[in-house]
Amino acid sequence: MEKLLPARERLLKSKKSSLDGEFRGKIMVILCAVLMISATIAITIFLGTKGLQSFTKNGISIIEFLTSTKWNPTDKANPAYGVLPFIFGSFAVTFLSALIAAPLGIGGAIFMTEIAPSWGRKILQPVVELLVGIPSVVYGFIGLTVLVPFIREHVGGLGFSLLSGTIVLAIMILPTITTIATDAMSSLPNHLREGSLALGATRWQTIRKVLVPAALPSLLTAIILGMARAFGEALAVQMVIGNVRNLPSSILDASATLTTIITLNMGHTTYGSVENNTLWSMGLILLIMSFAFILLIRYLSSRRKVR
Amino acid sequence: MNSKTADRIATGAFIAIAIIIVSILAGLFFYIFINGLKYISFDFLTTPSSNVRAGGGIRDQLFNSFYILFITMLITVPIGIGGGIYMAEYAKPGKVTDLIRTCIEVLSSLPSIVIGMFGLLVFVNTTGWGYTILGGALALTVFNLPTMVRTTEDAIRAVPRDLKEASLALGITHWHTIKTVILPTAFPSILTGAILASGRVFGEAAALLFTAGLSTPRLDYANWNPFSEQSPLNIFRPAETLAVHIWSVNTQGLIPDVEAVSSGSAAVLVISVLIFNLGARWIGSIIHKRVTATK
Repeated sequence: MEKLLPARERLLKSKKSSLDGEFRGKIMVILCAVLMISATIAITIFLGTKGLQSFTKNGISIIEFLTSTKWNPTDKANPAYGVLPFIFGSFAVTFLSALIAAPLGIGGAIFMTEIAPSWGRKILQPVVELLVGIPSVVYGFIGLTVLVPFIREHVGGLGFSLLSGTIVLAIMILPTITTIATDAMSSLPNHLREGSLALGATRWQTIRKVLVPAALPSLLTAIILGMARAFGEALAVQMVIGNVRNLPSSILDASATLTTIITLNMGHTTYGSVENNTLWSMGLILLIMSFAFILLIRYLSSRRKVR
Repeated sequence: MNSKTADRIATGAFIAIAIIIVSILAGLFFYIFINGLKYISFDFLTTPSSNVRAGGGIRDQLFNSFYILFITMLITVPIGIGGGIYMAEYAKPGKVTDLIRTCIEVLSSLPSIVIGMFGLLVFVNTTGWGYTILGGALALTVFNLPTMVRTTEDAIRAVPRDLKEASLALGITHWHTIKTVILPTAFPSILTGAILASGRVFGEAAALLFTAGLSTPRLDYANWNPFSEQSPLNIFRPAETLAVHIWSVNTQGLIPDVEAVSSGSAAVLVISVLIFNLGARWIGSIIHKRVTATK
């Protein structure tokens, strides 16, 4: 049947169908892109409204929620909803782990780019990639079976402590920092190195006075991305930190973070109860913090462009 | 101190840092394999887990992990490739494109526990499904989509301009060029990226705790009807994955052989992720050779 149609009609038809395909294809990929936007907006709106419920519906004061150190939601007569200890715990493990991981990560990056660019990179690059691949629960499990008993016997305290959480997180964010720092160092133009070396500077002087300052915004971005990961990590920390509701007084004290309290209590509180709603408010804090980290990174990369 | 000495000390310090990083990895792998491999046996992989007695295996958890991964990739890959095509081929520089980029950045930096909470709110409570494989897969999709979009976009941008221009010059429409010229050329990189992303999804637990749940119903592997309650293929049943299993036996388990089960599971998990990583590289390079005829 097809063959009997005059050539003109056949061509016109095929032209039309190919344009149809063109249109369909474009609509399809646009839908995919729109989906990304709507997912982001949906997450913000859903978690935003749900997270504010404990303030709007249950009448908890925001100030008390953020500044009180008393957390006792199960007390029938006089429940207290102060999450300051957990906010403090989150920030403490984040900063302390960055303090450990940043020198190691940036040092590793410098080793790969400046000290031994050929063989050093060949060894360290796969090592870092394998470290990224280890799932967070495995880090938590090793922390629980190796690190916690080790700290209990050799350092002191219960073992479940801020220190354990910090070390586990430091190892987890080390690959993030190393990868981005390596990219930053290796994208520095070569004439910086050559110029400095030609002036008679040693390699260390070149690294310290020329290369690190030049790459500083990117290195800070690397550290902040690592901190963002540490701030949001839940299960690995939850397994080693001890999860108590008090403000820790030393690094060997058990503690808790926002994520660990959410993980621990979300499963066995009734959906819609006051305690459950406060967990959603903590989730909202996590969401806001992750926006804050993005803004910080944006600010740093805008500074990089000015240079 | 003279600057030569300082230079030597600094070099020593950097080498020490490199050694520390390598030994961290070596220590972790050594520990995982030494402790885990002795518990892995055919029995361990093929018996169902037990909630109270010793000697449980990880059959269902292992199956659930792969099944959720499969469903997740089934949803993520088409959407991710679509988004990547849009970003690389159709997006014009401007406000909308900036907005999409910001969204991708936001999605990729969200903590997985937050995505789990979103999943709990939307896929578990609002839809009324309860804990389901589908809910877990959708949460993981949110988590995985940004990676997939970026991978596809980078892969497409790496396709030589000449190919695209030659195709367009032959009078082939844009979409047809994408379908028949650009995507096949970018395919090896996209596949490598997808397998690497699979490794990440496979080990993810926090996003699944509140979406796919902490339990698995009694499964009957002879039942292949996807709508039956006991069928392993049913996507509306709760499913505990391997990563979640490690967490739950350690924090709320009652079994006496926690150490054995979690060491074995950790080793299986790490080996699977290793296979994903090595497999991605291997398959990527093979297909690259086939397609481009280079060595």
